[in-house]
Parts: sequence; C-alpha cells; structure tokens
Amino acid sequence: MMSRLLSLRDSRAAAARPARRSAWWQRALPRGQSLVTAIPYGWLLLFFLVPFLFVLQISFSDVEIASPPYRALLSRAEDVVSLALNFGNYRYIFGDPLYFDAYLSSLYMAGVTTLICLVVGYPIAYTIARAPEAKRNTLLMLVMLPFWTSFLVRVYAWMGILDNEGLLNQALLALGLIDEPLQLMHTQLSVQIVMVYAYLPFMILPLFSNLVKLDGRLLEASADLGCRPWQTFLRVTLPLSKNGVIAGSMLVFIPAVGEFVIPELVGTPESLMIGKVLWMEFFDNNNWPMAASVTIVMVALLIAPIIYLHKREEKALARAAAR
Amino acid sequence: MAESSLHQAAKTAGAKSYLQIVDVVKKFGDNTVVDHINLSIAKNDIFALLGSSGCGKSTLLRMLAGMETPTSGKIILDGEDITALAPYERPINMMFQSYALFPHMTVAQNIAFGLKQDRLSRSDIAERVERMLELVQMKKYAHRKPYQLSGGQQQRVALARSLAKRPKLLLLDEPLGALDKKLRQQTQLELVNMIEQVGVTCIMVTHDQEEAMTMAGRIGIMSEGQLLQVATPGEIYEHPNCRFTAEFIGETNLFGGHVVEDEPDHVCIHSIELPRPVRVGHGITGTMGMPVWLSLRPERVGVSRQQPVVSGNWAAGTVGDIAYLGGFSIFHVRLDSGKVVKASVPATHWREEAAPTWNEPVFVSWTDNDAVVLTQ
Amino acid sequence: MQSKDISGFGKLTLGAGLAFLYVPILILIVYSFNASKLVTVWASFSTHWYGVLFNDDAVISAFGLSLKIALFSSAMSVVLGTIAGLVLARFGPFKGKSLFAGMLTAPMVMPEVITGLSMLLLFVEMQQWFGFPAERGMLTIWVGHVTLCMAYVTVVIRSRLVEMDRSVEEAAMDLGARPFKIFFQITLPIIAPAIASSFLLAFTLSIDDLVITAFLSGPGSTTLPQLIFSRVRLGLNPEINALATMTVLVVTLLVVGANRMMVKAERRRARLAAAA
Repeated sequence: MMSRLLSLRDSRAAAARPARRSAWWQRALPRGQSLVTAIPYGWLLLFFLVPFLFVLQISFSDVEIASPPYRALLSRAEDVVSLALNFGNYRYIFGDPLYFDAYLSSLYMAGVTTLICLVVGYPIAYTIARAPEAKRNTLLMLVMLPFWTSFLVRVYAWMGILDNEGLLNQALLALGLIDEPLQLMHTQLSVQIVMVYAYLPFMILPLFSNLVKLDGRLLEASADLGCRPWQTFLRVTLPLSKNGVIAGSMLVFIPAVGEFVIPELVGTPESLMIGKVLWMEFFDNNNWPMAASVTIVMVALLIAPIIYLHKREEKALARAAAR
Repeated sequence: MAESSLHQAAKTAGAKSYLQIVDVVKKFGDNTVVDHINLSIAKNDIFALLGSSGCGKSTLLRMLAGMETPTSGKIILDGEDITALAPYERPINMMFQSYALFPHMTVAQNIAFGLKQDRLSRSDIAERVERMLELVQMKKYAHRKPYQLSGGQQQRVALARSLAKRPKLLLLDEPLGALDKKLRQQTQLELVNMIEQVGVTCIMVTHDQEEAMTMAGRIGIMSEGQLLQVATPGEIYEHPNCRFTAEFIGETNLFGGHVVEDEPDHVCIHSIELPRPVRVGHGITGTMGMPVWLSLRPERVGVSRQQPVVSGNWAAGTVGDIAYLGGFSIFHVRLDSGKVVKASVPATHWREEAAPTWNEPVFVSWTDNDAVVLTQ
Repeated sequence: MQSKDISGFGKLTLGAGLAFLYVPILILIVYSFNASKLVTVWASFSTHWYGVLFNDDAVISAFGLSLKIALFSSAMSVVLGTIAGLVLARFGPFKGKSLFAGMLTAPMVMPEVITGLSMLLLFVEMQQWFGFPAERGMLTIWVGHVTLCMAYVTVVIRSRLVEMDRSVEEAAMDLGARPFKIFFQITLPIIAPAIASSFLLAFTLSIDDLVITAFLSGPGSTTLPQLIFSRVRLGLNPEINALATMTVLVVTLLVVGANRMMVKAERRRARLAAAA
C-alpha cells in the first residue's frame, strides 16, 4: 500500500522535473527516502548529539544539594531572568594538578598502549594475512575469539595472575628468581599490561583487513628487484599498510584515553586516569557539573582524532564503492 | 523555433521507426557524457552501439532502461514518450553485463520475477517460465541456483529473464563480455537466433567490434559521447565516414593529404607520404585543396617485386617487419617517405616465387576502388 | 595475498600471540575448578563454585535482565543500523549526510564514560521537562545500548552493501519491482548473513556493556556486568571464575558454530560452482 502511494507520487514528480536527478533511488523515493533517513537520523540527534549540549550546559553550572544535584543556568526571580555561568569547574581543571596530571597520564597510557599494540599486533596480523587461505579464517577467529568474550572477564583473568599471591609471583618464587612477592598488581605496569591485552584485537582486525588485500606479487617483484625481506617490509609492505596502521592506532588510542574499568580494577589508587576521575566526580562526589566539565575537556581532546579517523574511513569506503 | 523543428523531425521519423532517441544529452556535473544523440531504430532491428569504454554508450543504454535520466532530449518508444518513466514502468528489459541474477532464487524463480511484478496468474507465470526455459534450453536446470551454473548457462538465464516479460525493447549490456573468447564466438549466433525467434527489437552495447559485426543488423559508432556513423556492418567497414571509424573498425593505413583533382566520378589526392597523387574512383562532397584523409585497408594493398603497371596508385619501399599469421602475412613496408604501409597478403599469393624477406625492395599497389577518402 | 604455508617466524609470532591471548583465560578456567576459597591457591578439583553460581539468585536475575536488554537492544539496533547502512550506501548525497555518518562513527570510539554521562544528563533533563522517563532502568539502558550497537551494525551492513553488486537491484527494478519491494525481496535476502552477524555483534556488545549501563541504570536494575564488577572490585572471587568460564564457553560455542556454518556454506557453494 505504502509503496504504491509512493510510486504514484514518484511518477508525477519525475514528470514535473524530468532531467534534474540522476540515480534511480533518488528519483524513485524522494519522500520515502527522507522518511527512511529520518528514523536513524532522529535517533542519533536525540540520543547522541543533543546530550552533549546538556553536558556543555551543566559544565557551566554549580553543585547544589538537590535532585538533580546542579543549579539551573537560567533562573527566574521576580520576573527577571538571569543567566549565571560558572567557569569555576574549568578553572579547577586547568589549575589543579590532579586533573591536569590525570589528563596527561591518560594520554600517556593510551599512547604507550597504542604503540605496544602496534608492535605486538602487526606481526600477528601480517602472519594471518599471509597464511594459506584455508587456515586464515580459523586463525582470525582464534585471535578474535577473546574479543567476543566479556571485557570484564578479560580484565579479571589478569587479576588472578598479577595478584601479590598470584600465579606470576608464585611461579617466580618457585623458580627462585625472587625472594619475596613483587608488587605487580595496582601499578602502572599492571594497567599497561591489561590495557594492551584488552585492546589488542582492535589493532589486529583493521591491520589484518588491510594486509590481506596486499598483492603478494608486489613482494615477489620487490624480491626480484633485489630487496631483502626486511627491505621489502620497510619499503613495500609497511607503506602500503599505512591505512591499516592509522585505523588500528586510532581505534586503540581514542577509547583508551577514557578507559575506566582497567585503572579501577588493576590500577594504583594515587595515579588517576581521566576516565576514573570522571567516574569518581560523578558517582562518589556527586559533583555532576565537575564531571560534565571533565567530559567536555575530554571531548575537546578527542574530537580531532575522531574526525580524522572518520574522514579516512569515509574516503576508504568511497574508494571501495567506486571500484 | 528549434523546438518545433525538432518535433517535426520526431513526427516524420515516428512513422517508420519504433524507437526514437531525440537530441538526448547527459551531463554529469560539467562532464558531457552523451552529446546530442539522435537515433531511430526500426521494429525487430538488432542494433549495436559500438565504442571504447567511456564513450557514453553504457550511459545511453542506462537512459533507455531508465536507470539514468537524460539532462535534455526525449526517448520515444512505439509512439509513447517514456523519458520520464521510472525503470519499473517501462516496457523495456535489460540483460546486464554481470547478468545480475538474483543469487537467492532458482533459475525458474529468476525468470518468474518480472512476471510476478505484473501480477500475472500462477498458471500464466508457470507457462511463460516453461516456454522461456525451452527457448534457452535450460529446462533441466530450472531448480538450480545461479552459482550452480556455468557462465554460459547464467547468460542464457539472464536472457530468458529479460525476455519473459515480452518487452517492446530488449537491451543487452556487453552481452558476452563475461564469457571467455572461445565460448563467446559460439554464443554470438545462438544469441541472435534466440532473439530473432522471439522477434524483439534489440539494442546492444559492446566494445567488441567482432561481436557487433556478427550480431547486429546495424551498428552505431560512438566516441566521446557522439554518434559518428550509423550503418550496416559492411558499409561501416568498407565506407567509413570519418577517420575515427576507419581506425576503430579493423586495421587501416591512413595518409594525410589534400584534393588536387575533384571530378564527379573520381578524385585525386596528393599526400606528402606518397610519391605521386592517388586516384580514387568515387566523388566526394568537398572542394579543391581541402585537407582529407585517405584510408587504405591492408588487405587491399598488393605487394610485388615487379613495378606495378597501374598508373598512379603505387609506391616503392623496403620490407620492414613481417608478421606471419599462417593463412596470410602482414608486411610492414617502409616507403621512401618514411611512412610504413601495412599490407596483408594471403599465403597463396606466393605460389610462384618465395615471399619477400626483410630489407628486400618491393612495391605496394592498389586500384582506384581500394582507397576511401575521409573528409573528417 | 597468500603463501603455501606459514613461515617459521610466523609460527613463532602466532604461537606467542595466541599464548598471550589464551593463557590468562585458560588459567581462569582451571582455577574455576579449584576447591579452595582462595582463587590463587590450588587445593583440589571441584565443581563446588558452579553449584554456588547456579544457586546465586542475584546472578540469575542479573543474567535474566542482561539477556532481556541484549535481545531488545540488538533487535532494535539491527533495524536502525540496517536503515542507516542503506542510507549511507545507497541514497545519494543529502544535506547533513556527513554529520549523520559522523554520529555513527563517534559512538564506536568515544570513551564510554563520555557517552554514558551525556546520555544520563539527557534523561535527567528530559525528566525535568516532560517527567519522562520517570526513572532510570531497563528503558534508559536499552536506549543507550541501541545507540552504541547501531553504530557497529551500520558499519557491517554498509560495507556489505557497498561491495554488493548494484546491478542485481537494478535488474529487479528493470523487471518492474518498486524500491520497497526491491529492498525486501532482493537486498534483504542477499545481505541476510551480514544482518545475522551484526545481530550477534550487537548482542555481545550489549550483554557485555558495563560503563554506559552504570550511568543509565537505576536502583532496581542491575545487569550481569554490573554485578560482576561490584564483586570483582572487592577482590578475587572463585564464583566469578566459574561465571567467567561459563561466559567463555557460551561465546566460544556461538562463535565457532557461526564460523563453521559460514565456512561450510562457502565450501558447498565453491564445490557446486566447480561441479557445474
């Protein structure tokens, strides 16, 4: 019924302006198309974009003992509407070393995690991509399987290993390499190890899908022209896999900056990562405006890499579509 | 003014022609892909649009199917203006280059798909599908899925599917392009037979001149969005109307020159690449001294050790390369002017004597009726 | 790109990589069968903690809630994500398209604390203005999960549509089918495997989500990840080992099963194509 109504409209619309549009989808579904588009578009606007406006608004607010625990920016008293912006939260963030250090250490941890993931993940992705086709699928599944299991389970698995009475310490003691247990848990190192473990699949997958498209004949040509394997890798493979490296790095770095669960479960109580700060401000201190300001600064830090990643991916898709 | 004369032209042509393409233009942005095309096609014609990739032939075909809308111009089929109709409203069906068979449907379901859109009764659909399967000799495979078929079988299913609705016009997009060369030659005539059995007007698009020459009754040569020549395969080969066509269809030797003698029954052309003016036994519409091109097919060029007795149409040279092709050989003869002339000589020509060899001095010659003058 | 077999270096890399990925999980599984209450001290083999797990009402009800939310969110996100994928892959350019595409990329990489907090603030403001949603709970979690998962679904569907042969849809239109019919009779059946795998992806994302859920849940709604998190925060817990083992088992069966089905279908197709 609906389709018939649409098509009736279509033919008339098409007759009215016969020569302006090209693709048949556009001609066939002008109204239907915008209707269809409006559903997911509206959802995202309402539940993804608009919320940031509220975050922005509340970041300029004050804490109040009320429900919700913040003061409205616009107040009306005796027919006078007054707007009160509070920049205090931001002054805190840039003034107080606690926040500043938290941002720095988050960026640092995310950066190191990205680097280690790249160094560890590249050879794995390369090997799978170069494997015979029959084995490739199984190998990729093996590598991605932990990704499908719960994130929490993956973090928890390391808690048993890194614990003071944990397996690693037990093993080292049994081997006589150490005399007393090492403090592994709740250190910078434990956070680093678990972050690499948790984010590694996000590096391997884009690298694999890039490397698998690499034409093996190029490597043969390079060898034929006198390059040794490592030269071939540096001059042919690596430059050609640039897109995969960038995509994988972004996919690890951006979410890692705001990681909360890992520093909470295996991190030190003193050195804070910004995701944890946000969580504490919100849940423990009930300081919503401060949490909102922390969020806004984090968004400001991450928006450029997100847009960069997005633009690259769109370009890659456009190329794929043109083929 | 221009508008009304166009209408006039359309009306008079409409009496004879089944499909008319009237001054159709297609632009993508600033890029003109189809440039003022006019074409009429008679009922039950098999017409081929021939051109290299990017010449606009596929866009023209897609405009006929309705997948693209012309920027300006009209398409009239059987007296009805179909320019603004959506693809699903046109009595036109297309066989896609990739065949575009629905992978999740069986052969029979594929063929029935278009008929179901017309809300035909179950028994009618079954009967029509049956007949189509018979036509393309695919009855045994009715319940197979497309991926279970060979390329040639898929092609036949695609044809059956596009013929099932009894379209007024059948479009073939590179109909044999996805088949390998051996299969292609065999399939060409089969395809023509099937189309003629059904008796449908057909336009095909191809870049393969052999395919066009074998299958089509008339050919349109396209280049850079323009239709350069429309004629039968024989006319196109023997009497190309421009340099592009002459070079595009088959091999030819081209000489630049100008008219030095212009009579109703013959002309003489002087070219600096040839030692003396060439006499051509047909008149041209042109003036004395105008620059022209001379096209001379390699099989029209004779090669001999003796100086030819014909008056002006010969030149001396030496043999450069020889391409031995079994039944005949192609001699690349370098003339004194430096121009290389290709001559295709049948092997039987050298019964009396041994064929000339590299660097041997020879003469090339041709008759008045062998060369064609191209004025554009 | 392929070679006859994996090189020695490759075998070493893969072995080390897989060991890194799997040893922690294997240890976790082994210790779930430990009789001792201390997770790190091996006593003897026992299935005691599985008994404890299956009699833990809090776990059972949290699992039930997670399952319900995951089913509803993945269903909705598959619908929205498929539409979004279609819009991006098939509809021509329109005003605001790049914003649309951007809003679909961002949730995937955006740290979840950001997404969670901002959505929460939206719901709080909505409640102020309209009194709806009256309280946080299943509904708000559902909205959060759908927003997150639809982004992933869109990526899967969109790339499938981009690589799909467009002329199949054009052929359907040429044969007289209208756009809606083409979508349901041609496009949808062809991309069905991609829809199934995106459903699986959305489901695992939803059932696993902790951070967004923490912001959007209310007092009465505790999902399984929230429950695990609150217990793990207090330290190692053998019951959690048992629960984690169950999770690994279920996921492995699902993924391996799905993978085998795909490989089988692929092989059958190749064999038939070769035979014809």
